[in-house]
Amino acid sequence: MSVAQSIEEKLRAAFDPVSLAVIDESHQHAGHVGARPGGETHFRVEITAKIFADLNRVERQRRVYEVLQEELDGPVHALSVSASPS
Amino acid sequence: MSDNPVFEKIKQEVDDNPVVLFMKGTPVFPQCGFSSVCVQVLSNLGIPFKGIDVLEDMDIREGVKAYSNWPTIPQLYVKGEFVGGCDIVREMYESGELIEYFNTNGFDVKLANPE
Repeated sequence: MSVAQSIEEKLRAAFDPVSLAVIDESHQHAGHVGARPGGETHFRVEITAKIFADLNRVERQRRVYEVLQEELDGPVHALSVSASPS
Repeated sequence: MSDNPVFEKIKQEVDDNPVVLFMKGTPVFPQCGFSSVCVQVLSNLGIPFKGIDVLEDMDIREGVKAYSNWPTIPQLYVKGEFVGGCDIVREMYESGELIEYFNTNGFDVKLANPE
């Protein structure tokens, strides 16, 4: 399974999102620190889920980071997150 | 949490300086795009801040992540409070919330690029 697929699967399972986009932006960082041939190092996640309604910005992103800790500790060098309740 | 000796150092920094940005590189030479965005936002608002280069100190680099329970750099602190990382700073800036936040906290926002 690719890193992107794994991110998507984990987010779906954790948040039951209304909408979800996992965007690989690695190509924009080719040659930068943390970039690898083959990409899958820099991601942007746009997620909308009802569960976020009761959480502030920091808590929303913290929850996303927690779910993706394995990826952040491993192959993912940078993860940009936009999490909203609607 | 309090048994980590570097926490004392971090607490000192965020208590002594009203606005602190833990970042990669320096405000003049950011070494990472996300840190650079935060520097630009603070500069555009005319907010003076202390930049702390985590690349210079591995203990702080790892310590600040545990301190705030936030796994990435940059990290912005205002009056000792963790505000967020690059995504949050950018979102709050674009929505106007960040200006309001600084105003509420007694800072004098001076827009560098009024539109």
